[in-house]
Amino acid sequence: MADEKKKPIFRKINATGPCKKIMADHFYELDEAAKSGSRKIAWCTSVGPAELLRAMGFLVYFPENHGAILGATRVALDTIPIANAAGYSPEICSYLTSDVGAYMKGETPLSLAYEGITEVPKPDVLVYNTNQCRDVKDWFMWYSRELDVPCIGIESFCNIEISREPHIAAVSRQLQDLVPALEKISGEKFDLDRFKEVVGLSRRCSDLWEETLQMGAAVPSPLTFFDSTILMGPAVVARGTQEANDFYELLIPELKQRVKDGVAAVDGEKHRIYWDGMPIWGKLRDLSTTFLSLQTCVVASTYCNSWVFSDLDPANPFDSMAKAYTDLFIVRSDSAKEEYILEMAKIFKIDGFLFHDAKTCPSNSNNRYGMPERLAAKFGVPSVTIAGDLNDLRLYSEEQSITQIEAFVEQLGEK
Amino acid sequence: MADKLYVGVDVGSSATKVVIVNGKGTVLGKALEQSGMDFVAASKTALERAVNDAGASIDDVAHITSSGYGRKNVEFANDTKTEIACHARGAYQHFREAMTIVDIGGQDNKIIKIGADGNRLDFKMNRKCAAGTGAFLEEIARRMNVDMSEMDALARKSEEIVTISSFCTVFAATEILSLIRQGAQTRDIAKGAFRSVVKRVIEMDSLAGKAVATGGVVSHNPIVLELMAESIGHEVLTPPEPQFSGALGAALYAVDEARQ
Ligand code: SF4
Repeated sequence: MADEKKKPIFRKINATGPCKKIMADHFYELDEAAKSGSRKIAWCTSVGPAELLRAMGFLVYFPENHGAILGATRVALDTIPIANAAGYSPEICSYLTSDVGAYMKGETPLSLAYEGITEVPKPDVLVYNTNQCRDVKDWFMWYSRELDVPCIGIESFCNIEISREPHIAAVSRQLQDLVPALEKISGEKFDLDRFKEVVGLSRRCSDLWEETLQMGAAVPSPLTFFDSTILMGPAVVARGTQEANDFYELLIPELKQRVKDGVAAVDGEKHRIYWDGMPIWGKLRDLSTTFLSLQTCVVASTYCNSWVFSDLDPANPFDSMAKAYTDLFIVRSDSAKEEYILEMAKIFKIDGFLFHDAKTCPSNSNNRYGMPERLAAKFGVPSVTIAGDLNDLRLYSEEQSITQIEAFVEQLGEK
Repeated sequence: MADKLYVGVDVGSSATKVVIVNGKGTVLGKALEQSGMDFVAASKTALERAVNDAGASIDDVAHITSSGYGRKNVEFANDTKTEIACHARGAYQHFREAMTIVDIGGQDNKIIKIGADGNRLDFKMNRKCAAGTGAFLEEIARRMNVDMSEMDALARKSEEIVTISSFCTVFAATEILSLIRQGAQTRDIAKGAFRSVVKRVIEMDSLAGKAVATGGVVSHNPIVLELMAESIGHEVLTPPEPQFSGALGAALYAVDEARQ
C-alpha cells in the first residue's frame, strides 16, 4: 500500500565537468610546484589576501578547501579523532581538526581523486586573515611549528556594523606590511600593476559568481545551494585568474537558458528556503535528495554568498581589498547580518530560513543570539534550526534533522 | 455497511501507538506495543490489536498514515507525516485553541506552537542528547534500582529538594552516585530527576500562553505536569490519553488524505 513516491531527478549542470577540470588543474599545478620547486606556494585562509599572494608570484593553496574535501569524502571521521588526541579539542573548528589529523596520519583525499598526488603541497609561507575566526590562525600556527615555515597575516576586526575608515586603514596597513616579508620568500619584487591586474580579475570573478547566485532568484530556481557548493570551487581556489572567470562565463549562459526554459533544479518547486550557516559536507547528497523529494529548493545561502567581494577595486587595490575582506558577512554584527538575511529573503522570495547550528563553527552559526526568533517576530518568516556540524558527523543526528526538515516543509505547506 | 476506518500509526522510539477513527474523527479503537527492534512487527501487531479493539475488520481500513521516529518503516502505510504535525493535530483536536504543546518522548522532546485555527507556527526539538527525555528518567531509575513505574509515586513522597544539575545523562548518573554517598534519599532523587526533565524542557522555548503536555512520560508520570506548572507559574493541561496524541493526529490526517 505504501505510496509510490517518484524517484527525485538530479538535474546535472553541464558546466560541472569544466568545474572539476579547474579543480584538478589547481591541485596538479600545486603538486608539480611542490615536487619540482618551480614555484613558491602560499597557504591562504579562504578570505585571506589571495590576490596579493597571486600577484607576488605564489601559487595559492586553501586548507579550508581541503577541509571541505575531507568532510565531503567523510575521511574527516577518521582524522578528527587524531587531532583530538593531540590536544585539539572536539569543540574547535572541525576543518582544523580534520586537516591536522589527516596530516598527522599522512593521508589526503586528494590522492583518491587525483592520480599521482600523494600529499598536500608543502607551503613556503602560511598567510592568514582572522576576519572569519581565530581558528584559522591556530590552524596555520600548527603547520608553522610542524614544518618550520613562516606564518604571517592580518589580525582583523569582528562584529562590526560596517567598516569605517579606521578599520580599513588598519587592515590596509597590515596588507602593505606583508609585502616585504613576501618579497623575501618569493624572491620577486612587488609589482603594483600586476597586483592591480589580479585584483581586477578577482573582482570580475566576484561579479560573475554573484550573477551565478542571483539566478536562484528565478522561480523556479535553476540551481540549488547544493549545486552552488560545488560550482563555487573556482571562485574559492582560483579567484584572480582568467580560468576562473572563463568558467563562470560558461556556466552563466547555461543557467540563463534554464531560466528561459523554465527548467527547475527541483521538479515541482513548492517552497524556497534560505540556508544559513555552514554546509554539512558529509551529507550534501543526502540533504539534497531530501529537499528534492520534498519539492523544496534551497535557493540561496549565506555560505555561498561569502565569496562575493564587490568592493574590490583595481584602481585602489590595498584599501579596496581591506574593505572587501572587512565587510564580509561573517565579520559583521548580528543586526547587520539580520538586515542582510532579510534582504536576501526578499530577493530570493524565501518561504523560510534554515539555520544550521554547526557545533564547531560559532562564527558561522547565526542562530545563537536570537536571530531566528527576531526574524519570526518582526517579519513573520518562519525558520528551523538544525544542530550539526560542517565536518564532524558525530555531532549530527540525521534522523532528527530530517524529521525537522520534513516537519518544517509540512508547516510551510499548511500556511 | 461498516464504517470506513482511518488509521494513525505512531512509531516512537520506545512505544508504537495505533489509533483508529471513523470519517468524523471519532476514536473507535487503539493499541500500544513496545517498538522493540522490529518496527514493522510492532506496528503490525498494534494495528491488529487496534482493529480488534474497534470491533472491526482490517478490510474496512481506508487509509493509514504513519508517523514518529519509525514512520518510514511502516510499509503498509499509505503516507507519512512527521510527529511534529501529528502531535499538533492530535492536541488541537481536543483543545481547539492556540497553545504550546510539549511532547516528552522516550528519546526526544518537542515544543510545538500552534495558532487559534490549529496551524503550526513554530517548533523545536531537543538537541541530539537524551537530556530531559524518557531515556534520562529510565537511566536514573535503573541507577537507583527503582522500577520506572514506581518513580512517580516515589517522587511524591519527597520531602527535601535535591538538584541534579548536569545536562548529560551519564554525568547525571555520576552525580546521583555522589548524592547517594552523601545520604540523599531515593525519593528526593526521583523528584530531582523529574525536576531536571522539566528544566531541560522549559529552557527549549517559552511556554507562555496555554500549555499542553503530551507523550509517554507525562502519561505515566503526571508529577511532571505539576512540576512544570510550578516552574512556569501557570497550569499545564494534558489531553485524555496523552501517549496516543500523535497517533490520533496521524489518524485525523488519514481522514483528510483519503478525502483528497
Ligand atoms: S569560520 Fe568556522 S569553519 Fe571556517 S575556519 Fe573558522 S571555525 Fe573553521
